[in-house]
Amino acid sequence: MTGRADWRRAYEAAPLRDHDAVTISGIPLEPAYGAEDDLYPGQWPYTRGPYASMYRSKLWTMRMFAGFGTPEDTNARFKELLCSGGTGLSTAFDLPTLMGRDSDDPLALGEVGKGGVAVDTLADMEDLFSGIDLSKVTTSMTINSPAIALLAMYVAVAEKAGIERRVLGGTIQNDILKEYQAQKEYVFPPRPSMRLVTDVVSFCAAEMPKWHPISISGYHIREAGSTAVQELAFTLANGFAYVEAARAAGMEVDAFAPRLSFFFNAHIDFFEEIAKYRAARRIWARWMKQRYGATNERSMQLRFHTQTAGVSLTAQQPEVNIARVAIEALAAVLGGTQSLHTDAFDEALALPTDKAARIALRTQQVIAHETGVAHVADPLGGAPFVEWLTDEVERQAEALFAELEQLGNGSMLEGVYRGIEENWFQTRIAEASADFERRLNDGRRILVGVNAFTEGDEHEPELLAIEAQTEELQLKRLATVKATRNSDAVSESLAALRSDAADPTVNLFPAVLEAVRAYATVGEIMATLAEVFGTWDERSVV
Amino acid sequence: MVHRVLVTKVGLDGHDRGLKVVARCLRDAGFEVIYGGLRQTPEMIAATAAQEDVDAVGLSMHSGGHLALVPAVLQALRARGLNLPVVVGGIIPTRDFDTLRRMGVSRILLPGASAKEVVEAVSEAIAQAREHDGSQDPGHPRPTISYERAGSP
Repeated sequence: MTGRADWRRAYEAAPLRDHDAVTISGIPLEPAYGAEDDLYPGQWPYTRGPYASMYRSKLWTMRMFAGFGTPEDTNARFKELLCSGGTGLSTAFDLPTLMGRDSDDPLALGEVGKGGVAVDTLADMEDLFSGIDLSKVTTSMTINSPAIALLAMYVAVAEKAGIERRVLGGTIQNDILKEYQAQKEYVFPPRPSMRLVTDVVSFCAAEMPKWHPISISGYHIREAGSTAVQELAFTLANGFAYVEAARAAGMEVDAFAPRLSFFFNAHIDFFEEIAKYRAARRIWARWMKQRYGATNERSMQLRFHTQTAGVSLTAQQPEVNIARVAIEALAAVLGGTQSLHTDAFDEALALPTDKAARIALRTQQVIAHETGVAHVADPLGGAPFVEWLTDEVERQAEALFAELEQLGNGSMLEGVYRGIEENWFQTRIAEASADFERRLNDGRRILVGVNAFTEGDEHEPELLAIEAQTEELQLKRLATVKATRNSDAVSESLAALRSDAADPTVNLFPAVLEAVRAYATVGEIMATLAEVFGTWDERSVV
Repeated sequence: MVHRVLVTKVGLDGHDRGLKVVARCLRDAGFEVIYGGLRQTPEMIAATAAQEDVDAVGLSMHSGGHLALVPAVLQALRARGLNLPVVVGGIIPTRDFDTLRRMGVSRILLPGASAKEVVEAVSEAIAQAREHDGSQDPGHPRPTISYERAGSP
């Protein structure tokens, strides 16, 4: 289905927002532009957007990532974001939680509640979402190695509030592959980790139809120093690997692929980013249809969240970051993102203050409600430069897929495993990052306030300080839970989990849910799984 | 003479872009770089520093845990009798600079530090530590902070 007439029919069938699609001077605007037989938004391969009506139906979700201190601290920030017009929650966990360790683990020293919120047991999750109706909000949880445990906790919190899991909407990142390649928050070796991912995918396909079980993430790959093409190609390759793994576990592609979602970076090179999002949709649609035999449109429609590039922010003259973030966010919107987090200007110095986080949200609101860019879908589509750059980014990504496929003897899943085990990804990312630094150092690339225009960096903005007693408070909370829970129920549930883990044909979600309900800690659940799965260390490359 | 530098991360944080960039720029400047990698405990860092006989230790911090982890590393080094200069780089709020200096950190590098500044910070930290070793009062090397890139293109 291509062409204006088909698109118009699809557009008219879509529910629309109540707003005037006119310019500030009153000129009425069409929802999309093109010639009679051009490709339009919502038409395969979705280069111009997954939906015919795009932001005319629904603006992107303004999903601001938040989390610090104790669960009560973050709960208060969530409520503040919801009150100031945020439309979805996004949870940042602290490092010990991300690494599957409890707050009282010796390795957690100094990091409890620092870069996100500390969650040890279901009791913490109950406090984190206290007073928030989980049937009304959608929640994104950024967690990978222990994803299965945190999702089970979310389900258990909802259950206690009388909300059935089938109505829960949200996303769990659960993207372990990019951890080995970029962010390095792995615990188990890649193959058993993949089982946890597919167990979550299959549980959600059966029981949580509104949940996104993986957010396949290029964000961290880019933050680790990759180029835009590497971000695109490695992310989609990981997506293909998840599809192949789920199919190998016996699932039909259309049973799970409609719920896969993506997460990309919005860096500062404006047109390259827009081309990247357009190419991503096109590549995914082609591969899903042609290689994996998807027949459901939703399996082929790539939908994504975007976050502006933390790595592009400077510690020098930090207020200038407000401009960078606005430009990056605009690229994400012109590229058709479904949800967006805008970074706060002070993030190269510390976690954001309330004020800095609010300015970041307001930046999105200016783009959404003042600039008029949401009236017309894919407004740059058809521009010779943008179409050329989209094709070029796609061509370079396909060349990387070919290398990976060769590495895996025809299997993308094996190619990605080998790429991780042999540092194929890690080396390429480190080289790209070193190359960028060289260009900064010799002045071929200008970073305003850093290697040029450096005057005027006199005062530092007020920064968020995490209360020193956070760690102490969290340790007390954990000790109380451990003292009051039924320890027989904990050991029984962990024993059952261990025995399920030893049988690769069993889905581990039900056993993890039981352990969580018994107030087993994240660390206990992960340690139990590690007894069966082992752990992973990378061979470092510089 | 060629200086040996251990660059590593302490704690659970896995953000290693900065660490790898620093490792490469020190190596390009002629240092022998021992890449300690991720998730090192203070004891592991001290053991590697002793075993590799390094002249300085570089710690990359992005987790916000520097006020707990940096002194733990300094203490582990001293417990092995190593009075090595320690350079800390990463996301460090300026309000913590004084505290880190008092703890004995030689240099602090913020995001945006150029290759030249990284190399200078490490070289000066080593030179100052040597001077102090020769004197009666070892004290702590006087810290300085640099975070603006020198010069414009």
